[in-house]
Formats: sequence, C-alpha cells, structure tokens
Amino acid sequence: MLEMFQICISLLDSTIRIATPLIFCAMAGIFSERSGIIDIGLEGKMLLSAFVAASVTFLTGSPWIGLFSAVVASGFASVIHGFACITNKGDQVISGLAINILASGLTITVGIALFSRGGQTPSLGSDQRFMPIDFPFQSLINNIPLFGDLYSDVISGHNILVYLSLLAVFVTYYMVFKTSFGLRLRAVGEKPEAVDTAGISVIRMRYQAVIIAGMLCGLAGAYLSIAHGAGFGREMSAGKGYIALAAMIFGKWNPIPTLFACLLFGFLEALGNRLQGVELYIIGEVPVQFMQALPYILTVILLAGFIGKARAPGAIGVPYSKEG
Amino acid sequence: MNESNFLPRWVSIGLIPFINLLLAFFVSGIVIFFIGENPLQAILVMIKGAFYYPGSIGYTLYYTTNFIFAGLAVALAFHAKLFNIGGEGQAYVGGLGVGLVCLALDQSINSFLVTILAVCGSAIFGAFWGVIPGYLQAKRGSHIVITTIMFNFIAASLMVYLLVNVIIEPGQMSPETRDFSEGVGLVQIHKLANYFGISIAVSPFNISFFIALIVSFGFWILVWRTKFGYEVRSLGHSETAAKYAGIDVSRTIVLVMAISGGLAGLVAINELLGVHNKLLLGFTAGYGFTGIAVALMGRNHPIGIFLSSLLFGALYQGGTELDFEFSSITREMVLLIQGLIILFSGALAYMMNPFVEKIYYNYFKEPKNA
Repeated sequence: MLEMFQICISLLDSTIRIATPLIFCAMAGIFSERSGIIDIGLEGKMLLSAFVAASVTFLTGSPWIGLFSAVVASGFASVIHGFACITNKGDQVISGLAINILASGLTITVGIALFSRGGQTPSLGSDQRFMPIDFPFQSLINNIPLFGDLYSDVISGHNILVYLSLLAVFVTYYMVFKTSFGLRLRAVGEKPEAVDTAGISVIRMRYQAVIIAGMLCGLAGAYLSIAHGAGFGREMSAGKGYIALAAMIFGKWNPIPTLFACLLFGFLEALGNRLQGVELYIIGEVPVQFMQALPYILTVILLAGFIGKARAPGAIGVPYSKEG
Repeated sequence: MNESNFLPRWVSIGLIPFINLLLAFFVSGIVIFFIGENPLQAILVMIKGAFYYPGSIGYTLYYTTNFIFAGLAVALAFHAKLFNIGGEGQAYVGGLGVGLVCLALDQSINSFLVTILAVCGSAIFGAFWGVIPGYLQAKRGSHIVITTIMFNFIAASLMVYLLVNVIIEPGQMSPETRDFSEGVGLVQIHKLANYFGISIAVSPFNISFFIALIVSFGFWILVWRTKFGYEVRSLGHSETAAKYAGIDVSRTIVLVMAISGGLAGLVAINELLGVHNKLLLGFTAGYGFTGIAVALMGRNHPIGIFLSSLLFGALYQGGTELDFEFSSITREMVLLIQGLIILFSGALAYMMNPFVEKIYYNYFKEPKNA
C-alpha cells in the first residue's frame, strides 16, 4: 500500500515536470487561435527559445538574461508569423510549418558555429539554471505520513517556471474571459468584421495575440534547456509543441480544461515511462509506443466528434481584409 | 491567397517564384555570413557536391525521386484545397506495405512479381494512412491539418513498435527487418549500365526515378484531363460551387486523400526497394515534409514539382558536401534553406506582387484600363 502510494507520488511528480512546457505552449496556442491565427509553429518557437536560453545563459552566466532572451527571440519568431499571415495574408499553416523547419535548421547551424559540439550547447552548472525551490517547513511537514511526501515531492521542489506555468493558466483565463482585451480577442477570432466596425484594429489585436503567444513559447523553451534540463540538445522539443496543440484542442480552446488536458498527456507519458517492461495483470505489457501515441489518438477521436465536439474559433485560418 | 490578376503569366508563375527563391537564398547567405564563412564559397561547394563529383548526379537524382513523389502527394491535396501535412507518416506506412509484401512472399514467388506487388503495397498502405484523415474531414468535419499531423506521430509510434517488437530480424539489435531476397527490388542505374557494358559511378539512383516521371505524367492527366480532376479543382476553387454543380464533395475529398497518401507511400519504393533492401527505422528522414516545400515552389504543377525536386535533390546532396568542406557549416544548413523557401515561396508568396506590379506597369506597360 505504502509502496503504491510512493509510486503515485513519483508519477504525479513527473507528470508536473512533463506537463509544464505543454502548459506554456497550450496557453500560447489559446491566445493565438482565439484571435483567429492558427499556430502550428509552437514547436519551432519552443525549440528556438530553448536554444537561445541555453546559449545566452552559457555566455552571460545568468539564467535570467537567458530567459529574457528566449522570450524575446520567440516573440520575434511570432512577429515573422504575424508578418506573413496577418500583414501579407499568407497561409497560416504554411507559415507555422516554415517556422518549425527554420527553427530546426537554425538552432543546429548556429549551435555548431558557436560551440562546435554537434549542435549541443555546453552543459550548464547549477548556478546557471533555475533550480528546484523548496517550500518552507519541509522538514516539519515531512514527518506527517503520506501528506509529507505529497508536500515535498509534488507541491514543493519544482523550479520557478513550473509554478509560473500554473500562474500562466490563471492569467490566461483572466485575460481571455474577464477583461475587455479578452472580449476583443475572442471577437476578433469569431467575427473580425464586428470588431473592425467597432473601431478596433483587427491587425493590431492579432499582432498582440501572436506576440503574447510567442513569449509564452519562450518560457516553455527556457524551461526545457535552463530549468528542467541543463543545456540545449538537437531537436529537444521532440514534438511537445504538437502535443500542446493537441491539448489545446482537447481543452476546447479554454485555459482550465486545457490545463487538465496537459496534465493528462503529461500523466500518460509519465505512466508510459513507468510501465516500460512491466507485466500488467491480465493486459500484459503495455507497449511504451502505444502510450506515446495515445495523446494523438485521443485528439483524433475527439476531433472526429466521438467524445464531445471540439469547435475552433469561427474565423480561424482566415486572413482579414477590410474589403471583405 | 490572391493570385495577381494584373500580371502576365510569365511574371506570376515564373518571375515572382524566382524572386521568392532568391530571397530565401539571400537570407541563408546572411546566416552563413554571420557564422563567418563565405556564402558564395558555400554555394560553390554545394553545386560541386551535387553535380561535379563522380556519382553525385546519381545521388542528386535519387533524392529528387523522393521529392517528386512527396511533392505530388501534397500538390494533389492542394488542388482540392486540402493541406496534407501527413506525407511523412504516409510514406512511413507505405514502407510497411513494401516490407510486409516482401517478407511474406519473397521466399515463395517470383521476385519480379514480388517487386511489383511491393510497389502496389507501398501505394495501398500509404493510401490507407491518407484516407482515414480524409474520411474524418469529409464525414466528421475534423480539420485535416491537425489530423494528418497527429497521424504522422501515430505512424512513427506504430512503426517503432512493429520494428522493435514484431518484424525485427531475430537475433539482432538494430530495429530493422531481414534483407529482402536477392532479385527483389528496383535496379540501380549503375548496375543496369554495367550490364550493358557502360561504366558509371556508383550511386543509389534507381529506376524509381523513371516511375516518378511516369507518375508525374499521370498526375497531369488526372488533374487536367479527367472528370475527376475537374471535380478536384472545382472543389479547390469553391466548395459551395462544387456542391451546386452536383459534385459529391465528401467522395472527392476521400478519393483525393487516398491518392495523395498513395503518392506519398511511393517514397518508400525509392528508399526500400531501390536502396536499403529492407525495412528500417526512420527511412523517411523528413522527405514528406520537404514535399510541402516542393509543392509550394512547384506551384502544384508536375513540371514545377520536377524542377523544385531537382533543386531540393541538389540541395540535399550538395548539403552533405558542406560537412566535408567546412568545419562550421553542415548539412543542417539545408534545413534552414528549406524553412526559408517554405516561408518565402509559401507563406509570403504574394508579398512581392504589389512591388513587381508597380515596376512592371511603370516601366514596361501602361495598364489596360486604369
């Protein structure tokens, strides 16, 4: 029983660690897509900012400067996306895809030129990373059976970006649903003509949305390379941007359900890692590949309308022109 | 996307794509410059690597073959206004078709027959992987972009599972099947030339290239010379109009995605039947994604696709040469160029139109009825 509990604790612990970059990216996706701009480029922006965070942190020695640069770089990538599909009315999917491929090529190319390590950045020492924060009274609470472990492993003991990601969810919720900015944002994604008629610039709203999205992806990237990891590795985003996209759809473009979708997908991955090589009762061994594919399979099933209906913002993917 | 109505054809389908391509290369050049190498020298190395050294043209054409198949796959879907990002997964599953046919039959029946069945297998399996997203789009309204992305990942997991646990050659570590029997496969051109007493350099260039050319011609017939092609293009122009014209939209979408998936699946014949002679992990190596760049650059026309496949073939082959000649730039440079081409030829395809229109009318011609 106690052992079972320990396993649960460690599963929850890794769930949170895996879910953090998904949460940042999924919130990014919500901002962008709620404004009517499809964001396939989450993956690329995360990869780019992971690289920038690790490189700048290594060169300056300060993770804060690294984090800041990552956010700026990813925001800049968003401006390119905006320039292509807001200003030039280009195809949003193509633009996002371009950013993803561009990020793959650019990070490796510049990485090799800067550090000559086959695309990796030098590993960072613990003073150059965001390290786990221990909450107060740990030793005291630790003595309480069960809850002690929960407190020290699941609630406490994560780096600052993990807590920031949870904050991001509530800020996103507040901004999108409780402010006039959010009302305009949603309107721009549903009926841009109406917003334009009300005298608000559609172009400006959409640029703001994609830049916020870019900055959130920057936090996700920084988490990968200077908080959770200790340096940048080639293709280290490894499809997480697409899982985040799936989580956003799963959460039906709403922050709170999306948070749970991220946690669910994080949990599935944690469980998959845990179950590797374990013979389960009746079922036998569950292939780890099945667990890895499960978020994608679930999203396909959801999109097909077999479990509830996911409805995207009305004007998504359509460039806005005043002439109509 | 709004094609310019004011420019003559040669400008809108020739000059502007060329300017976009130049922009992509120009930005790549800036990156190389900042890295501290000479961009012109890099281009020279790539051109030599793609065309000059013995066997290099063979390698270039071998890559070209992949890109023709992948590009046609994306292009057909584009004609129906569908964005098939799933070429990578469809090619991968197409490889499963090749593998299963060969493993099941190559011991028992004539190897020529096995090869033909394997080619069919790749197309059928690829088509299967394309038709599911097509069906979900047509009947259930799922967004095809998202579904095909998801199917790429599902394909990757499926293939890893099968190769590691099921069809791996027993008693070996690396996840690949046993070699297909002698005689199964598509002949490499240098062997064919040797047979006729001509000696040319060794390369993986094989007869799939000619299959790709035939398929390209078939693509042209299908899209521009058949009733089905007309339906596809009508659907691409306006779904509502297509509906009113009595076209069965769902059926067309499903068929388009089946054929598109089948075309992507054919990438596997070049790789597996032409080169590797077995099914192995990750043989698609991103070719499916490059197909998107190829289709965008080639404007969804077989001739354009052939030319842009050739360009990408040369870039891939030339890119490997970068590894040998420079310490600080590598073949990943090609990925960067590819991303920029997608950006400039795809997302920013019409950025230059107003500019070019202005120059064209100011210096060359008075507008007809201003």
